[in-house]
Amino acid sequence: MLFAKAVSLSLMLTELQIMFTRRRTWAMLAAIAMIPIVLALAVALSSERLAPGEGPPFLDRVTQNGLFTGFTAMLLAMPLFLPLTISVVSGDTIAGEAGQGTLRYLLIAPVSRFRLLVVKYLGTLAFTIAGAFTLMIAGALIGAILFPVGPVTLLSGDVISVGEAFWRMALVASYTTVSMTGMLAIGLFISTLTTIPVGAMTGVLITSGVSQILDNLPQFEAIHDWLFTHYWLDFADILRQPIELSSMGSNVLLQLGYVVVFGSLAYGRLASKDILS
Amino acid sequence: MPTGSPWAIETRDLTKTFAGHDAVSELSLQVPRGSVFGFLGPNGCGKTTTIRMLLGLAEATAGEITLLGYQIPKEREIALPRVGALVEGPAFYPYLSGRANLLRMDSADRHSDVATRKSRADSALERVGLTNAAEKKAGQYSLGMKQRLGLANALLKPRDLLILDEPTNGLDPQGTREVRNLIRQLASEGITIFLSSHLLVEIEQVCSHAAVMNAGKLLAQGSLPQLRAQGATRVVLQVDDIPRAREVLARAGVVDVVESGATLRAEVPHDFDTPALTAALVGKKVGVTEIRLERPSLEDYFVELTGEGFDVVR
Repeated sequence: MLFAKAVSLSLMLTELQIMFTRRRTWAMLAAIAMIPIVLALAVALSSERLAPGEGPPFLDRVTQNGLFTGFTAMLLAMPLFLPLTISVVSGDTIAGEAGQGTLRYLLIAPVSRFRLLVVKYLGTLAFTIAGAFTLMIAGALIGAILFPVGPVTLLSGDVISVGEAFWRMALVASYTTVSMTGMLAIGLFISTLTTIPVGAMTGVLITSGVSQILDNLPQFEAIHDWLFTHYWLDFADILRQPIELSSMGSNVLLQLGYVVVFGSLAYGRLASKDILS
Repeated sequence: MPTGSPWAIETRDLTKTFAGHDAVSELSLQVPRGSVFGFLGPNGCGKTTTIRMLLGLAEATAGEITLLGYQIPKEREIALPRVGALVEGPAFYPYLSGRANLLRMDSADRHSDVATRKSRADSALERVGLTNAAEKKAGQYSLGMKQRLGLANALLKPRDLLILDEPTNGLDPQGTREVRNLIRQLASEGITIFLSSHLLVEIEQVCSHAAVMNAGKLLAQGSLPQLRAQGATRVVLQVDDIPRAREVLARAGVVDVVESGATLRAEVPHDFDTPALTAALVGKKVGVTEIRLERPSLEDYFVELTGEGFDVVR
């Protein structure tokens, strides 16, 4: 199977081991979990009742149903915090190995440069999944502790059961992961350009910032649909009945395009590069 | 393994150009199988760049490389599992244990045997004396321990060739001796060892062959006796009658005599007949206090080749 051949299971396992034995990874996941916790505490402790529509979207609903905490926290984390943690792991992929010198030892083990890129990319994808689910799970837990939990009234006015609501949370976390795949590929490419991980991380974060700014400027409307951040907040469509699929489908295609283009650029760069670090 | 070539490493006119200047220039190396081959040159002369090209890490600007009979970089994935290497110092994941680092590196080669991975890592650690530090994080290792872990990484699999770039760097005298013993032991098992160093004494102690490089160019290569023979043999005389001694020397075909005090010194053939010269001097009533041949040393030869600034440690 092409996939198994490209990945090499042993190397993938050590990649995950490295990702999840690093204190940095756990610190970032803990920080992600803090977002819904701080949000829920702030709402619970404030005496003022929010009028519907005030503050971030859904914020007024959190007090009525704790299950909304995760959704609200995701809306807050999407523009900056999640991309920040993702730029750390994806900027580190190749630049981190190069910077500490292990890249040369991996390559003479030998591993093909293509396989190494695939394994590195899947490692960052694993972190993204962990981050998105951490946020939703922490949100559901703190929401259940501080607020009433019951059937959820969706944006479309329909009501779904608590069990169904958990499925929607998993969908939101999955959609978020898919939304980040393009940025992960951009990060992988930028990471092949330098041996200084911090430089690559900063570069990746800047691309997400620039993309979001362009997306907010009407003068750039022609390219809005092509920006990798364009559909990031569209997970709200998962909170409708039936689930609105059109923008999600466009997003999947768009992210796939970014993965192909920047994955190829990363390979082109790494394959032709002299490893002098 | 292709057996046609007698060379473990062969390069033809290998050249690497960085920003318009040749870091390595038309290098043609021939490393015999089974040899311990010293690759000697001052720091920054192109040794590490050459090693990077041998291992397919950097692409040659021109020229060809054959490693164990395989073309590099085209067939690197076939050749490299048989090659262990230490390149420009060891490098590890500081937050993983020494043992976990070895397992990680071994897993990078998808053809390496999973069933024996742990036992191979353990025996490599034992071989370099790191068994007791196996579970310690590599970031807490001393420089010498890191160097040993780097050697353990090179010994993870049965190898035909070891390429070791300055393997005793950072080691204390005890560690240096252990590493040199390890190299001799590995060589006795039939592994070809390509050892780069800027230390002449290291090459003289462990190597059967050597190449000398300076400023990107190969200056000489061959077995150590061959290289020694390249240097000049000199006759050294202390006599009481210098003019007459010069006449005798001239008649014996020895010219370019250098005089300092009562001592005369001159370059002569390696098979120079000292007793005949002594007899001739005595026949001419020249009082001879001392007469001896100075055999060429590697050091003299290398200094002759590489000139000033060469880091010779004696």
